[in-house]
Amino acid sequence: MDTVAADGLLAWSWLLIALPLAGAAVLLLGGRRTDRWGHLLGTGTVVTAFVLGLLCTLQLADAGGRPVSVELWTFIETGSLDVPVGLLFDPLSAVFVLLITGVGALIHIYSIGYMAHDPRRRRFFAYLNLFVAAMLLLVLGDNFVVLYVGWEGVGLASYLLIAFWHERPAAATAAKKAFIMNRVGDVGLALAIFLMFAQLGTVTYDGVFGSVGALAGGTVTAIGLLLLLGACGKSGQFPLQAWLPDAMEGPTPVSALIHAATMVTAGVYLIARSAPIYDETPTARAVVLAVGAITLLIGAIVGCAQDDIKKVLAYSTVSQIGYMFLAVGLGPAGYVAGLAHLLTHGFFKAGLFLGAGSVMHAMNDAVDMRRFGGLASRMRITFVTFGLGYLALIGFPFLSGFYTKDAIIEAAFDRGDGWGYVLGGVAILAAGLTAFYMTRLMLMTFFGRPRWDEGVHPHESPSVMTAPMVLLALGSVLAGYLLVVAFPLEEWLVPVFGRPEAAEHVVAPLVVSALVTVVMLLGVASAWMFVGRREVPVTAPARVSPVVLAARRALYADTVNESLFMRPGQWLTRALVFLDNRGVDGAVNGLAAALGGSSSRLGRTQTGFVRSYALGMLGGAVVVAGALLAVTAG
Amino acid sequence: MIEAPDLSLAALAPLLFVFGAACLGVLVEAFGPRERRHAVQVTLALVGTLGGLVTSLLLAGEREVTAAGALAVDGPAVFLQATITGLGALAILLFAERSLDPARSAFVAAAAVPVGSPRDRELMTAPRVQTEVYPLATFAIGGMMLFVAANDLLIMFVALEVLSLPLYLISGLARRRRLLSQEAAVKYFLLGAFASAFFLYGLALVYGATGSIGLADIRAATTESGSDVLLVLGLALLIVGLMFKASVAPFHAWTPDVYQGAPTPVTAFMAACTKVAAFGAILRLLYVAFGTSEWTWRPLVYGIAIISMVVGAVLALTQTDLKRMLAYSSIAHAGFLLTGVIGLSPDGGGSGLAATMFYLLAYGLTTVGAFAVLTLVRDGDGEASHLSQWAGLARRSPLTAAVMALFLLALAGIPLTSGFTGKFAVFRAAIEDGAWPLVVVAVLASAVAAFFYLRVIVLMYFSEPAEDGPTVAVPGLPTTIVLAVTVTATLVLGIAPGAVLDIAEQAAIFVG
Repeated sequence: MDTVAADGLLAWSWLLIALPLAGAAVLLLGGRRTDRWGHLLGTGTVVTAFVLGLLCTLQLADAGGRPVSVELWTFIETGSLDVPVGLLFDPLSAVFVLLITGVGALIHIYSIGYMAHDPRRRRFFAYLNLFVAAMLLLVLGDNFVVLYVGWEGVGLASYLLIAFWHERPAAATAAKKAFIMNRVGDVGLALAIFLMFAQLGTVTYDGVFGSVGALAGGTVTAIGLLLLLGACGKSGQFPLQAWLPDAMEGPTPVSALIHAATMVTAGVYLIARSAPIYDETPTARAVVLAVGAITLLIGAIVGCAQDDIKKVLAYSTVSQIGYMFLAVGLGPAGYVAGLAHLLTHGFFKAGLFLGAGSVMHAMNDAVDMRRFGGLASRMRITFVTFGLGYLALIGFPFLSGFYTKDAIIEAAFDRGDGWGYVLGGVAILAAGLTAFYMTRLMLMTFFGRPRWDEGVHPHESPSVMTAPMVLLALGSVLAGYLLVVAFPLEEWLVPVFGRPEAAEHVVAPLVVSALVTVVMLLGVASAWMFVGRREVPVTAPARVSPVVLAARRALYADTVNESLFMRPGQWLTRALVFLDNRGVDGAVNGLAAALGGSSSRLGRTQTGFVRSYALGMLGGAVVVAGALLAVTAG
Repeated sequence: MIEAPDLSLAALAPLLFVFGAACLGVLVEAFGPRERRHAVQVTLALVGTLGGLVTSLLLAGEREVTAAGALAVDGPAVFLQATITGLGALAILLFAERSLDPARSAFVAAAAVPVGSPRDRELMTAPRVQTEVYPLATFAIGGMMLFVAANDLLIMFVALEVLSLPLYLISGLARRRRLLSQEAAVKYFLLGAFASAFFLYGLALVYGATGSIGLADIRAATTESGSDVLLVLGLALLIVGLMFKASVAPFHAWTPDVYQGAPTPVTAFMAACTKVAAFGAILRLLYVAFGTSEWTWRPLVYGIAIISMVVGAVLALTQTDLKRMLAYSSIAHAGFLLTGVIGLSPDGGGSGLAATMFYLLAYGLTTVGAFAVLTLVRDGDGEASHLSQWAGLARRSPLTAAVMALFLLALAGIPLTSGFTGKFAVFRAAIEDGAWPLVVVAVLASAVAAFFYLRVIVLMYFSEPAEDGPTVAVPGLPTTIVLAVTVTATLVLGIAPGAVLDIAEQAAIFVG
């Protein structure tokens, strides 16, 4: 990939990051003085960044999409260690910049209404700005270290925003869970970067991708798998998916922006960006495929049995990102399809979340769909915009999801081998499940007899909230057509991924589309059969089949976490302190609890007596001397 | 007739400056008028340390062995001497802070008065202040500077004692919670003497094996004769003595008790400067004297690094006192520093030395800053260092909380702070040397460590403040200077550390 130095407006592209960052700084440091106009400043910086991003993209398009590098300064430069800080504005980062600032701006505007009565609104906008800045840094950096900085930054912002209503215990717990599971992924990313450094001596995209082919196969696979671990943590993919649904404890605009449209797709970005690495390692690429396929199925199954409107959407996000992982795991044939789905998903899922927020706003912050019903007539705009997002998500013909999801399924079949059929089959099955759970959501929320709690008087939201919803609904309708047919994303991304060979279709695209549409209609119909035709019970029925029970319990993901992390942690504790067999409590952050347990027990060696300290030192000295003698003698 | 050894006065200028200031300080203590003593002593100590800092900066690029082979004035020595004097000057500023405590100073006026006696109660309100701490601290700084430049084991031992004895004393001088402070001093003294004995015995064994105490001669002897039991045992005991000073697990047991008991300015001083000095000596001993037999000690240091990181990180999880938590954090950081020691190639080259020196500088600055913030949060009994008392601090004093949060993030090694650059540098050095598993453990330990640092931040920002919580004192000029310097350094070394890394890289050659 040869880059040219930035000129014109592109030389100012660092302002994209600096603007929201400055907004966050002013809001955080300015204190109460900024309470009155803080939200406007926060929104303004992101809108300006969007305009700037749009102009930059136009300039890039004028120049034929040739990647542009912006050297900022040298972070570390010594004889053997060289980490420059620079930005890379290429077609891939350009689409992310537009997604982040575009959807980000709409959600900032929506939040003005949504958070109007919150006493800490200024802080909320500060965190949102911080997030936008970090996310832009993540996608604009020209090396893995800058990406890592952005990666940690979005993690921090996400943590702060999930815990925004920290007086609710569930929010605090969810934030902690997200933090810990993300750390697991981050360790993977950090190790991958160290490995690149050790083996290649560089971390810039140019340097790494240029020389990765010379590495031993095992090393490349290790790098690929470690990057994947990082991606799984951030994107809520199997086996690190459990934090994402819990993250819905945060305010709804946060769920829309961070946990649906942008941050959780960072994993997809990482894998797409690292395409040259995965080109060298079929093993790691196969694991990406497997992760994507497993996750998209898990998400879809669990989504069918949830009663919390935001949780349904969250599992839907997990499942849709699974589609994207599946696509980028397919290699060159799937990159564009995955990224196109990422963009359309950004539109319709953000729109759906904002719609859900609007519903919650009307229902006194209730989230249980069993207490909704009949809202279609009370909330016209919400119903229509939400409905369009719903049709786009389930892949209704000629709406966004139809174009991009079908492209992924086609690419899966185009593998041509048996696995291609399996993956394609799984993807089609999940498309049917998607139609089922989304139709169930629509029916329980907008149709049927009202099952509202007493004292709830649903009303349409103010226009500052509905306007972004309308715009996103328009995007949900049109984005697929625009990205696939009118202005093909494939052409735009040629400078990044090269021109893929024309695929030989194993199954004709028309057949795939027909098949997917039929399965989708089956899903809708069965939802009607099971949910629409009869009365929805206000409390969830207790006597259900084991399958439904498993789905309600999120396929026992927490139980698995418990037995994978918490139990071994406990055993470790017991091994350390063989007398103690009391369990360590704390179900969610088992690992931390186990460490804490061993900590307090290990801490008992700190008796305060000089004699025991001296004995410890003597013991240590004997071990040191013995070890040295052993090494020498051996 | 014995000829006086040839001394290069120019190369010794930093040492002479600091020791000169310390000796003058003793004279001032004896003959100076009491009412002006405090101002004079503070000025003298600052002039001494800053003079040492300036002269050592002027010595950059110097490479010579002087004083009959006893002192090495080379890149690492000068870099670490500059670090020690700089951090020492900051610590002296903290000593001199008089506007925080209603009783004016963190130090007791007369340490010999029994706790709780009528005379003690009298002193609580008397305007008398203690000024001996300044010459004592200056002597300790001089000892540390000598420690990192010592080119033979005997001078190293003398320097060890010169730096340790004043530290034992000033640890016991807290004005508040005096019993705890005195207990800490006695513990530190007893265990320190124990560790010194190890060092001295090791010295004797090495002398017995090689017939020499000069590091260069020992290197020559080990290259020739290989390793015999005496030499290896001697090395083991020397390592134990030095690791004790660096508070590396399993020789760390004194650290939490002493850090907690000592007056907080002294804790800041110990945590930053002693760590620098001890690692300077460890690096010089291992690479100058035993560089050719590195295969004997490398596995050992490897293991000790892992133990120290894990013990420090895990034990810090359950601490409820901030000073103790920072003590365990310093044990974990000692482990991280050892990964840098591993990343040094046998000929003294490689990036490990530069990385370790940079880490020491970055860690020292952050630690002094963190302890400086601790002195600001107070209740009726002095400093409020219990974790629960820090709940909701951000609401009471957003600036203090933000500064503390920055230091904690730096200690956790979050990007864009100096801590990240330091960790990055040492881990990379270790990886270059093939110490993969060590770095994996180190990254995991940092992940665990991040948890307890962030817990304090969460507590400060997301908890309701307690009804009768502590107050945040307005810092006087000295503490303000310290905070400004440390905050700036933590950010600059995180965002644009290139220049300093460069200097460290250029300084990273031992003179043989």
